[in-house]
Amino acid sequence: MVEIRWHGRGGQGAVTSVEMLALAAIEEGKFAQGFPSFGPERRGAPVVAFNRIDNKQIKVRSGIYKPDVVVVLDPSLIGLVNVTDGLKDDGILVVNTTKSPDEVKKEMKFPGLVATVDAAKIAREELGVPITNTTMLGAVMKATHLVKMESAESPLKERFGRLAPRNIKAMARAYDELKIAKAA
Amino acid sequence: MSKRIGMEIALAAAEAVALCKPDVVAAYPITPNTHVPEHLSDIVAEGRLDAEFICVESEHSALSACCGASGAGARSFTATSSQGLAYMSEIIPIASSMRLPVVMIVGNRALSGPINIWNDQSDIMYQRDSGWISMFAANGQETIDMAIQAFKIAEHRDVMLPVNVNLDGFQLTHVVEPMEMPDQKEVDSFLPPFKPIATLHPDKIVSMGTLGLPEIFNETAKSKDEILKDSRRVILEVWKEWEEKFGRKYEPIEACEARGSDVLLMTLGSMGETAEVAVEEARKDGISVGLLKLKLWRPFPFEELRKAVKGCKVLAVLDRAVSYGGPGGPVFSEVRSAFYDMQERPVVINEIIGLGGRDVPVSDFRKIIEKSVQAIKTKPEEEYEIFGVRGS
Repeated sequence: MVEIRWHGRGGQGAVTSVEMLALAAIEEGKFAQGFPSFGPERRGAPVVAFNRIDNKQIKVRSGIYKPDVVVVLDPSLIGLVNVTDGLKDDGILVVNTTKSPDEVKKEMKFPGLVATVDAAKIAREELGVPITNTTMLGAVMKATHLVKMESAESPLKERFGRLAPRNIKAMARAYDELKIAKAA
Repeated sequence: MSKRIGMEIALAAAEAVALCKPDVVAAYPITPNTHVPEHLSDIVAEGRLDAEFICVESEHSALSACCGASGAGARSFTATSSQGLAYMSEIIPIASSMRLPVVMIVGNRALSGPINIWNDQSDIMYQRDSGWISMFAANGQETIDMAIQAFKIAEHRDVMLPVNVNLDGFQLTHVVEPMEMPDQKEVDSFLPPFKPIATLHPDKIVSMGTLGLPEIFNETAKSKDEILKDSRRVILEVWKEWEEKFGRKYEPIEACEARGSDVLLMTLGSMGETAEVAVEEARKDGISVGLLKLKLWRPFPFEELRKAVKGCKVLAVLDRAVSYGGPGGPVFSEVRSAFYDMQERPVVINEIIGLGGRDVPVSDFRKIIEKSVQAIKTKPEEEYEIFGVRGS
């Protein structure tokens, strides 16, 4: 089982990210959970949301404390929130930032795999707003190989309707533009 | 044909209710249950469900509207949580006394105070003695299944009682996961149209909800108690039919690795799933432990419980509510009373966990298993414990 924690700010759509990733995994016949951090969300405040993905039925229904993957939707959270808290040393950190993965790796002193992409720029160009939740799906899929990108298309179409093609393009660009610094 | 879907459980619950074609849905939004009526209102607006969606001004009105509609012969549904359920309190025993087969989904949430929007089961336990059939889902699939089963059980001529289906707020309501959703044809073949015994109609006048004088009140109480107890037979029949049609088995108490185990945990609702993971882990470590998942809360399955604990040395009952100033948790209280006349009965301990959204990870269940194993030799001094209280 792979456990993922997403960090964002209220209004940036972290909950939509976990829903879309869970639905994409379910599309492939896998088992998945996507859930928010169970509480009232305030716009702009730091929030977390979670995924579990497995090939067999997932029974556990508690929070996630030792994630395999951490995704950061908003680079301003770094330093404000301990985003690598509990992240496994051999885990994966995926960050929306203009910085290179090596810079982030050094800054965060994280020994595992670090991947970065300027998702805010992609989202602004493709969606006209710096909301990176769907864009970062592409980054996560590239960094983790958990789910195929095509599997997210149908959930995105269902959710975003006529705006789906732009979200799918933003996701695909993040997939292509992701930069990876391998684990030390 | 059932279809495998991925969906938030609250939305899937609404989809399942829609498949039952309720005539009236009356609800007032309250976290964490809001998505259920919200999605039903979407389904009505989209024209997929031909129902009267009544946007009431309170939960008291929501259940009142459902009672009136049910009395008029309409299949009626509502959903709520916590303070909303408490606000319905006045009408809740009226629905059961008037034998109105309303179905309600409760997204379980702590009762205030302090104000708290998160999960525990204190809301429904507050309504324990109201004469409703009460069942608990442990996951999304059980939520869908029980929502559909609930209408069939409620409307059965030998039952005619309201049913509440409980799912833990957030722990279930807000989780996206895979489920099997039956199709309309399957549900239609399982659930016949509602045929009320008598209906409110201006051309055929009947009185419903009349005064009960002292001369008949004991008798009405006895009949309410007997009818609720007898509903067990119909519940088991409906669950059997469900298993035959859909291949998923339902029992008042689902046992996992229970036979021959020294220690058993007993859970209600979604905590049973995480507990199962802990039990599997502990068994790998050589600990003789199993699990009883209670699904049917009212009528309480005394008979099944007594059978299920045969040979076990310690039963740890896990509650998600407190009976303040009373015997511990409400499930514990029932369980101990069930064992009073048994010659050989296990030591029963009570752990009250996960109040107001306090997370209960696998490691906490492992600690409870550990404590239960110790109780084989030495019974703990305290009768019950609110687990994980900081500073104690």
